[in-house]
Amino acid sequence: MDVVQHDIIIVGGGGAGLRAAIAAVEADPKISVALVSKVYPMRSHTVSAEGGAAAVARSDDSLELHGYDTVKGSDFLGDQDVIQYFVEHAPKELTRLEHWGCPWSRNEDGTVATRAFGGMTTKRTWYAADKVGFHMLHTLFQTSMKYDRIVRYDEHFVTKLLVDGGAVHGVVSLDIRTGALKTIRGRAVVLCTGGAGKIFPFTTNGTIKTGDGMSLAYREGVALKDMEFIQYHPTGLPGTGILITEATRGEGGFLRDKDGVRFLVERDYGLGKKAELGPRDMISRAIHQEIKAGRGCVGPYGEYVNLDLTHLGEAKINERLPFVRLLSKTYVGVDPVKEPIPIRPVVHYMMGGIDVDITGATKIAGLYAAGETACASLNGANRLGSNSLTECLVFGARSGEEALRYAKNAGSANEAVLQEQAKTEVARIESLRGRKKGGERISVIRRELNQAMENGCGVYREQKTMQTAVAEVAQLKGRFADLGLQDESKVFNTELINALELGNMLDCAEAVTVSSASRKESRGAHACADYPNRDDQNYLYHTLCYFGAAGPRLDKKAVTLGKWQPEERKY
Amino acid sequence: MGAQKKTFIVTRFDPDKDSVPRKEKYEIPVEPHWKVLDAVNYIKDEVDSTLSHRCSCRMAVCGSCGMSVNGEAKLTCKTALSDYGDTVEIAPLANFPIVRDLVVELEAFIEKFQKVKPWIIRDDVNDIAAGPYKQSVEELNVIKQFSMCINCMLCYAACPQIGLNPDFIGPAALALAHRYNEDSRDRGADERRDILLGVGGTYDCTFANECSEVCPKDVDPAIAIQREKFLGLIHWARNFVSPKKGGR
Ligand SMILES: Cc1cc2nc3c(=O)[nH]c(=O)nc-3n(C[C@H](O)[C@H](O)[C@H](O)COP(=O)(O)OP(=O)(O)OC[C@H]3O[C@@H](n4cnc5c(N)ncnc54)[C@H](O)[C@@H]3O)c2cc1C
Ligand code: FES
Repeated sequence: MDVVQHDIIIVGGGGAGLRAAIAAVEADPKISVALVSKVYPMRSHTVSAEGGAAAVARSDDSLELHGYDTVKGSDFLGDQDVIQYFVEHAPKELTRLEHWGCPWSRNEDGTVATRAFGGMTTKRTWYAADKVGFHMLHTLFQTSMKYDRIVRYDEHFVTKLLVDGGAVHGVVSLDIRTGALKTIRGRAVVLCTGGAGKIFPFTTNGTIKTGDGMSLAYREGVALKDMEFIQYHPTGLPGTGILITEATRGEGGFLRDKDGVRFLVERDYGLGKKAELGPRDMISRAIHQEIKAGRGCVGPYGEYVNLDLTHLGEAKINERLPFVRLLSKTYVGVDPVKEPIPIRPVVHYMMGGIDVDITGATKIAGLYAAGETACASLNGANRLGSNSLTECLVFGARSGEEALRYAKNAGSANEAVLQEQAKTEVARIESLRGRKKGGERISVIRRELNQAMENGCGVYREQKTMQTAVAEVAQLKGRFADLGLQDESKVFNTELINALELGNMLDCAEAVTVSSASRKESRGAHACADYPNRDDQNYLYHTLCYFGAAGPRLDKKAVTLGKWQPEERKY
Repeated sequence: MGAQKKTFIVTRFDPDKDSVPRKEKYEIPVEPHWKVLDAVNYIKDEVDSTLSHRCSCRMAVCGSCGMSVNGEAKLTCKTALSDYGDTVEIAPLANFPIVRDLVVELEAFIEKFQKVKPWIIRDDVNDIAAGPYKQSVEELNVIKQFSMCINCMLCYAACPQIGLNPDFIGPAALALAHRYNEDSRDRGADERRDILLGVGGTYDCTFANECSEVCPKDVDPAIAIQREKFLGLIHWARNFVSPKKGGR
């Protein structure tokens, strides 16, 4: 088995991973960084982000205001020290991207333009038309090519962390092209593996978002934090779940029921004057209620409401929202210049993830996480749109630098133990590849998992349905052990990859369902029909979910408050 | 009314077993709204799990799902299946070595891509305290179109020159170099010149324009390449008239 050695290993080549890698090599030009990614970095799902990235830029704005908006958006479950650090570093990080060539949209005077976004008091979302993630990712990827100390392992799938004596010492990685397994040794590892939206059937997430990093950390005893908080984005295209960005509303779009009524204005959903610019959790619930009350439209892919941009005019739509126009035309056959776009709430983002502190550190020495896979508690119970791309930069950079600092003084490992771990892992993968004897199929388990998650952890949840989902996921985990596979080839065996991903998805689903069922209140994106109120007395804490061979174990972690004490969340 | 069916003739190749690619036929039920990628995914999930292909975003932006559909390079998640008849042929992109089934080898492209130095070159690039550089709307518009490339490789599959001359840097990478050269914030044109005007550079392009026709993002690499040729010429002429010290 091949063994390669680097100082730091970054797993993931999306926004967070690329930023972490660049931060590390810029901090010390002598070190070598392995950047391991299961797809070529520019394919990472950061590419699909449309609307923008938040950072204070205007004179009528302040760090204080960005902080408060984020705390309130989080339904007071965000850690205020983390939020403070975030808002302070956000403008520098977006400026850095500008210096690296990101084609941000501009004002007439040549300064960077900003737009309105949900839950943000003023225009602080930087944008590059409506392809922000695409431009940020390509800028980062292209900039990363400047550094030959960033050694890329493209299309390599990490299957295991090598942990001994409470510290991480590397990863086992499958070269998808050749089927060979490698040990990549490093003194620190940063997980930047993205979210796990694919555990749900109807999602804005791409095929690759299977929660691999969450599972890798979970399996080594790191908690998954706040996994019950799943963000439903209000505006996904029926059928495919393709996102129509919140920037449509930032630019002035309206939501209308089947009779053309702007329900967020005409009916009380607690959004006040914010209306279409309210936070996502509240708007998704409003749409859900409209549909339940029979005021939705009926289409071939279920019920929906309308997102009306027709009053914005063709010129503005072409300038600010060209991608939205293309997506609507291509995937639902609607030209938003002429007709409203059919939309419904869609699973979008995971507020929860690997439990890390403000430096990105987990409880395993040398193991860090950043981006959507991590939960530094910036987003609490509900993320504000456009905070996430910036989070990838701010905490990607921080964790890259912290990993470097740690790596310089890291202790040595017990070689025999690590070799044994790697050997066991190779045997596991080799025996899974083309294993004919099982009776279960990947697509069947995946479909049933998706259904269980949708039934149990929707926009509104109930104790009974959440408990059912807990049981269903546990049962699916059992059946997964009996998976039968057909493909024995070593070369680009995507069946094997899909099987590994399905295993990871089941781990994430376990944490989501068990954590959800344990929170008997409604906060942010976690809306329980049987416990409709927020309960700060009993539930103002982060949920920690630990892996256990006999089933998961839950624990709590205090929320770091600061200058803002919990108050009623009304807009 | 029974579901509509279509037959797919799909290229299969497993270097562990096959010496040359072969074709496999699948007849499957299809939905009216499907893109070509939906059919490939259906075959993978429900009929033959040994089929390998790449895809992720299914919204025409990650660039993974390029394939040859009835002989034409297509972004399969953007291509309506209803545009095709009862039988559809799906093959890996032309002009690339096949790794497996519908998966092609991209390493040579990635090397070319890196070769054109696709990053901002200037001395004060890390002076963040100075704030964002200014760029006018007009300056932005100059690079906008050329910064839309998703690296889907359709232009390489369509380019007649790539087929004949594997050293040709090719449309996407050259367009990207042009994008950086034209960026008002960049000072790196001199550093990129030898690569763009040397062997495999812009002068290897015969302006067949296939790249621009096949591009799913309207990047128009052919125009980018023509402009770089022109800029190269101007630079040459200027140096000829008044050679700079140390200039080429
Ligand atoms: C459609 C859409 C639109 C969005 N729009 C916005 C927006 O406008 N503003 C905003 O702030 N946020 C937005 N978001 C959210 C934001 O884009 C994401 O949260 C963010 O991009 C995640 O970046 P990341 O680097 O954490 O992960 P990703 O970009 O998902 O990258 C994950 C990386 O990990 C690698 N990886 C995963 N598993 C493995 C493994 N086992 N082995 C090796 N490598 C692995 C992958 O190859 C990939 O490179 C949007 C999200 C979606 C889905
Ligand atoms: S799957 Fe991403 S471009 Fe087609």
